Amino acid sequence: MPPELCVRVDGVEIQVPAECSVAAALRSAGFSSTRHSLDGTPRAACCGMGVCFECRVRIDGVERLGCLVRVREGMEISRDA
Amino acid sequence: MRELRTEILVVGAGPAGIAAAVSAERAGARALLVDMQAEPGGQIWRGQWNKATDPAARQWLGALRASPVETRYGLRLIDLPAPGLAVFDGDSGPLRVRCERLVIAGGARERLLPFPGWTLPGVFGAGGLQVLAKNGWPVAGQRIVIAGSGPLLLAAAATLRGLGAKIVRIAEQTGWRDLAGFGAGLLRHPRKLAQAAGLARRLAGVRYRGNTWVAHADGDDRVRSVTLASGSHREQIHCDALAVGFGLLPNTDIARALGCELRDGAVWVDGHQHTSVAGVYCAGEGTGIGGVDQALAQGEIAGCAAAGRAELAGAALARRRQSDRFAANLRRHFVLRDELRRLAEPDTVLCRCENVRYGAAATCTGTREARLQLRLGMGHCQGRICGAATEFLFGWNAATPRPPLAPASLACFTATSSSENPPQDPT
Amino acid sequence: MNFDAIVIGGGIVGCAIADRLARERRAVCLLERDVLGGAATAASMGHLVVLDDDPAELALSAYSCARWRELAPQLPAAAEYRATGTLWIARDAAEMAEAAHKQRRLAAAGIASELVDEAQLKLCEPALAPGLAGGLRVPADAVVYPPVAAAFLARRAAAAGADVRAGVNVRTLVDGGVILADGSELRAPRVIVANGCAAPELLCSVPVRKRKGHLLITTRLAPTVNHQLVELGYIQSAHGGDGESVAFNVQPRPSGQLLLGSTRQFDDLSCEVTPRLLARLVERAQAFLPGLGSLTALRAWTGFRPTTPDHRPLIGPWPARPGVWLACGHEGLGVTTALGTADLLAAQLFDQPLPFDAAPYAPARFAAQVSHAA
Repeated sequence: MPPELCVRVDGVEIQVPAECSVAAALRSAGFSSTRHSLDGTPRAACCGMGVCFECRVRIDGVERLGCLVRVREGMEISRDA
Repeated sequence: MRELRTEILVVGAGPAGIAAAVSAERAGARALLVDMQAEPGGQIWRGQWNKATDPAARQWLGALRASPVETRYGLRLIDLPAPGLAVFDGDSGPLRVRCERLVIAGGARERLLPFPGWTLPGVFGAGGLQVLAKNGWPVAGQRIVIAGSGPLLLAAAATLRGLGAKIVRIAEQTGWRDLAGFGAGLLRHPRKLAQAAGLARRLAGVRYRGNTWVAHADGDDRVRSVTLASGSHREQIHCDALAVGFGLLPNTDIARALGCELRDGAVWVDGHQHTSVAGVYCAGEGTGIGGVDQALAQGEIAGCAAAGRAELAGAALARRRQSDRFAANLRRHFVLRDELRRLAEPDTVLCRCENVRYGAAATCTGTREARLQLRLGMGHCQGRICGAATEFLFGWNAATPRPPLAPASLACFTATSSSENPPQDPT
Repeated sequence: MNFDAIVIGGGIVGCAIADRLARERRAVCLLERDVLGGAATAASMGHLVVLDDDPAELALSAYSCARWRELAPQLPAAAEYRATGTLWIARDAAEMAEAAHKQRRLAAAGIASELVDEAQLKLCEPALAPGLAGGLRVPADAVVYPPVAAAFLARRAAAAGADVRAGVNVRTLVDGGVILADGSELRAPRVIVANGCAAPELLCSVPVRKRKGHLLITTRLAPTVNHQLVELGYIQSAHGGDGESVAFNVQPRPSGQLLLGSTRQFDDLSCEVTPRLLARLVERAQAFLPGLGSLTALRAWTGFRPTTPDHRPLIGPWPARPGVWLACGHEGLGVTTALGTADLLAAQLFDQPLPFDAAPYAPARFAAQVSHAA
């Protein structure tokens, strides 16, 4: 088994792969979306390189791009950005 | 705000930026290399930092490790409020950098075009899914359709297949004649040809179709199928992911914010990679899409020139000339077809950030009206995605970038003046 | 071509005038050199607020806000008209006393408001910093997204028969008309200059100066704010002196974003963001809303307010040029007072009863300085 670490997503504690981006960690944990658009439709990572901002999430209270940030033990991630 | 001083600030740690910073140090200058990713390598060498498999990546990432170049990662350029001053934002808070000269090595982004279903989770850029997968996005066992245009489709397919994905189709919008022409052009570039041959081996058995493009994607909470078009023929393919990219576009926002001259959508540079603005250099894809060899050659030249030792870049000058021809070959053979301008329907989202629909945008006379009346391009990506789309669809000019160049923490704005104006207590 | 009136400038004021005249069945032509609802209209906050520090300003803004309330049901949803009310914030006892004065002045003009103490302030705006003394709540004030409101008025004018042209530049004013950049001539006995900061480009002696302002908008994760929040010291910032000033002025957007203002400066004519001013704006906002600390700024921009020497707009005939009328110089109140300006000007243009006294806004008050200018 590859190493895992523990993060909280929308308040729920989950195990995710250690060596990956926040976007990848969320997908691995079964989340297909990272945010909802103004009309409520789900959105998720698209450009993969910090351009489209679709994978933005709140990490420890601050808006960040899931594709640019490495997942870290204990991160508090909210899919409400 | 934390502050650093350096002689040469290099923004972007892909091949061009790494070559620029390392070359500048070799030429006797002090360089600081900054990138918004968590580690160096850019998109093409993503994931190579700790386990380089690509020979060029091994060479240059090794050279960067061994050099005294100072590096900062996870920081995005937000503002250039004065000559020689740059403000970055990142996980660890804002950072201000004072420099004497600037090398922009901001790379490229993918051109994404709207079609029904393109906002569904599971629809990516082609290079987009490739780099996501290099950073751990799970693709093993997934059925993936790749569509769009350009050699990047093949590279993406090879990477994804190598990670265990099932590539069920590659749909290239370019016709066979141009594909053959591009292939013939490769014969003049032995390294590119070797790369192409390697890709062919890694993609053996994958169905690759020319003259074929994505018509629409369908799904519920994520993509479930894609319908491909070829002439009047339609074919629906079930998939777990759809990766669609219509070629690469130079990132020019930093250069434009500084007032650098552009030509044909790319930053104009002289023989020393110097832009039209004094003390500002540009290297790599920002000067025109040309691939990794061109980026490395231009980076070396920019680094030496910014260090005041342009004569040290002699060998790179010759390599740059050869890569220039590759870039021209690429441009000539992957021209986007007209059908791609008619994929979006009136209710298809065009501006993903502000949810502006194609039909509403089509009633506007240009970027300014669409921004004011519909807020098109006014959201997080600041028009980086929809600006390229409206340029292709309607021939609109992109808006001039303004600071903040990307959404940034409020702390980036306050600390610039905190010494002059201590915050006042309202009570 | 012949019209009853030509309106130059497709900002909120010009669009409102064209709309008013077209619905009276006047043959009107609206000329905008860029896009409708651009320039100062686009750069503004869209706060529809009754200001009371000057009786003339009170009359114009109170009348106009009432007209906005009548118009509101017809505005498209994208105009985002919302009666958020204004909450004027008092930091201390002296400002609470000022709030009480303000309440009396507003009441005299028929505007209801309520004093809010420290505890009530905390209840209605929990995101505000502790320790503030209270404030004055003016529930009828509202907010609107000005570019869409301007375009709506222009569209309505066009539907009533107005000739609305965007992307058309006026080269010069001539007796009984205008010459366009392409050399063609449009004729009308009344030419209305409603192009804000650009008025001096056509009439060099019109005393309109640019006063730069900054705004910043956050992303959606902002603390909840219910009213347009303005510090009571704002008026001093808006009207006092010619120096730089910064006042706390925050507007909640329907999307959950916050629009942060506002700054004023005369000396700077560049449209670039001035980092020092933007920093003061953000610091001022953080002092009142401590929760802004971890927020993300989406965009920042600048604009120019068209300002007159006495901070009152110019509405009426321009004595130096027969047939030329002014509707410009609204400084930061162009959106608020656009509808009142249109009614007042239309009444003057066609000798109708005035909705309120026109004298305080008469451009003639500056005529002595310009009597021999063109």
